[in-house]
Amino acid sequence: MADLRSLFAGIRSPNPFWLASAPPTDKEYNVRRALEAGWGGVVWKTLGEDPPVVNVSSRYGAFNYNGNRLVGLNNIELITDRPLAVNLAEIKSVKRDHPDRAIVVSLMVPCVEESWKRILPLVEETGADGIELNFGCPHGMSERNMGSAVGQVPEYVEMVTRWVKQNTRMPTIVKLTPNITDIMQPAGAALRGGADAVSLINTIQSVVAVDLDAMAPMPVVGGLGTHGGYCGPAVKPIALRMVGEIARNPDTRGLPISGIGGISTWRDAAEFLVMGAGTLQVCTAAMHYGFRIVEDMITGLSNWMDQKGFAAIDDVTGRAIPNFVNWNQLNLKFKTLAKIDQDACIKCGLCHIACEDTSHQAIARLRRDGTRRYEVIDEECVGCNLCAHVCPVGDCITMVPQPVDEVLTWPHHPNNPAQAAK
Amino acid sequence: MDPRPDIAANRLSPHCLAINFADAHPPLTGGQASIEADRCYFCYDAPCVEACPTGIDIPGFIRGIATGNLAGAAHTILESNILGGSCARVCPTEILCEGACVRTAQEEKPVVIGALQRHATDWQMDSGTQPFSRAAETGRHIAIVGAGPAGLACAHRLAMHGHAVTILDARPRAGGLNEYGIAAYKLPDDFAQHEIDFIAAIGGITIQTDRILGRDVTLADLEAAYDAVFLAIGQAGVRMLGIEGENLDGVMNAVDFIAGLRASATGADVPIGRRVVVIGGGNTAIDAAVQARRLGAEEVTLVYRRGAETMSATGVEKAWAQTNGVTIRTWAAPLRLDGVDGTLRSVTFTRGRLHDGRPVHDQGNFTLEADMVLKAVGQLFLADPLDRGTIAIENGRIAVDDQGRTTRSLVYAGGDCTPGADLTVVAVRDGRNAAEAIHADLTAATGA
Repeated sequence: MADLRSLFAGIRSPNPFWLASAPPTDKEYNVRRALEAGWGGVVWKTLGEDPPVVNVSSRYGAFNYNGNRLVGLNNIELITDRPLAVNLAEIKSVKRDHPDRAIVVSLMVPCVEESWKRILPLVEETGADGIELNFGCPHGMSERNMGSAVGQVPEYVEMVTRWVKQNTRMPTIVKLTPNITDIMQPAGAALRGGADAVSLINTIQSVVAVDLDAMAPMPVVGGLGTHGGYCGPAVKPIALRMVGEIARNPDTRGLPISGIGGISTWRDAAEFLVMGAGTLQVCTAAMHYGFRIVEDMITGLSNWMDQKGFAAIDDVTGRAIPNFVNWNQLNLKFKTLAKIDQDACIKCGLCHIACEDTSHQAIARLRRDGTRRYEVIDEECVGCNLCAHVCPVGDCITMVPQPVDEVLTWPHHPNNPAQAAK
Repeated sequence: MDPRPDIAANRLSPHCLAINFADAHPPLTGGQASIEADRCYFCYDAPCVEACPTGIDIPGFIRGIATGNLAGAAHTILESNILGGSCARVCPTEILCEGACVRTAQEEKPVVIGALQRHATDWQMDSGTQPFSRAAETGRHIAIVGAGPAGLACAHRLAMHGHAVTILDARPRAGGLNEYGIAAYKLPDDFAQHEIDFIAAIGGITIQTDRILGRDVTLADLEAAYDAVFLAIGQAGVRMLGIEGENLDGVMNAVDFIAGLRASATGADVPIGRRVVVIGGGNTAIDAAVQARRLGAEEVTLVYRRGAETMSATGVEKAWAQTNGVTIRTWAAPLRLDGVDGTLRSVTFTRGRLHDGRPVHDQGNFTLEADMVLKAVGQLFLADPLDRGTIAIENGRIAVDDQGRTTRSLVYAGGDCTPGADLTVVAVRDGRNAAEAIHADLTAATGA
């Protein structure tokens, strides 16, 4: 059995699966259920200063695709709308009863040092294991110069992080917004400010759908809509890229990363780990299916690690980073070709029409004895993978790498006007 | 007193009959249709389309259902098959579109295309609107003989092209086999008539019932009075068993039994035997056997002369019969029908086997006691209504080219009276294609 115990920026948890700061971690009741279900830790929903914010009714919008619900989730909920004292008391109670779990508290107060100085000791007093600075929330709170309004200005990220580190002993995770051009700017700023770790991504600014009767963005609140924050499986690719950038960049290498963004299964978790994450934060999948999903995440990750011979989480973290390179380091001599398993083919024709209409006319549509047959024309196939992606039958179309006799990258390619010496 | 023959109406309570003859396969809900539509892979050059005699763009209409574009879905279906509603209910989809569905190859669970087609066409018919409009009146007038699926499909397409159409039908109600020849639970709630109303609502179509070709009017009369004639007269004859006892009381044709049941409002007044033997192996035999059970027959045995693999009833139909408590016996040829005082008592069969690839019945006899025998050994085209010698007959049916032209100028034919599979959907295709041929021929004649 692989050892799933996690030590992340000084915070211990029995497994790397944490619930992200979000509605599932807004109250003691929910958090206790989560911890009983097996979650390694939680990031408590963001606390702010009293008086608490007020949330609207009608808070979530969904992106459903081809019969799958909640491919993406959009929310316009703000931070906790409960009094600070209530949350603090509940955090203390939960931590007391679950000393082995990671209880991290998300915080968002105005960009004034006094505000941070006021709230930090109160959180420290709960016995929480760490804090997460919410510099990511892209809706509502950002209009009040908090959340992503801070996260989008590297100088503010660095400044506030420094204030926090000067005023608390607690490990400090800085949560980054993806609503920026270069994730390295806020990540570097967090590091300079003294952050113990970063977590990312927070939600992406979004209009998830438009109600065509109300003529308003969804979710519709009394006839009006506003942009929200987008999360769920659809954002995973964006998150993986940003996590990987921070993990591979020499300036931030070694900075612990808590991966967030559409993690729904152990496989997603493994991908985030190998791209540099040390812990994993989950929200949408739990909101979709309940806390029990963690069971398969734990056993699935553990079984996969056993198969791969990884003994501990640290053995997994960053495994794919050496292979995550800039485009111009890719070998232009590499070639892969589509291969269709004729016995598995169900004759849907999707590979043919995708290639014929939108790619390289490399799949012939034939008739053999009256039955349909689709064949790859090797000479035309550029190995783009599209056919394999559209094929509805698992492993029917495989991409077969061809023998490679040399490595030729763009910097050395004769077509490159700025060709380097070979 | 000898209770035999035990043939009676009212075997079951009205409540029970209502259940037994209600829609056997209720419609999909919107949610079910949405889930099912999402199972369609939207195949290119889809096998299901090729398997549909009317060539409906099935992936196209299912995409309409998936996206909530039901009007578009219905239009896609009905532009190829104006009887898409009844075909959705009566087509043996398991040997047509659903049999060819790639999901069948992948997981033996096709997309339920028939049910989805019903979902879209029901929406159209419930909307009270017409998906198509007529072209400007051409002044041409075409006579159609037979208001079954072929005749109706032809009429609608001709009307779309702006022609006027008069349909003559021998029966009191239009609809042909949809009205008289299909099991009641497949087309309940007077669906055939609703569909006719929907088709005729395009305008330009007049239907005259109780008008019989060869009795009330001749083909020559029609040719003289109209610009073209489409014959969709089906198969009016029934094959005989050709054995002793066929005229006994209690022996009847399955098609007559089915028609009688369809003409009855509730089925309560339709007499049925306590023990019924159905002879035949096609879908008519199945429809008769199952409906006999559903009327309250205690024992229904369907007997077929050869093996199950050569029965023309589909696997789904056979399973349906068995689910309904029908016993299917194969390899048994009827030898004689025995009766007392002119009334049926039993049927005797000879067991058969395959010998050198041919059926041989030499395995001894067995006898089934029966109050009623329903004969379903096939229907026959009767050429009698046509003036003999005026139109070429081929293999017992009216010879036509691939667009329904007979050997007589401006006389066309389609459906069961012409060669080809005896399926509603094939009849629809024939009618539609003949209408296009009529339109082309009349237009060409005008231009010349």
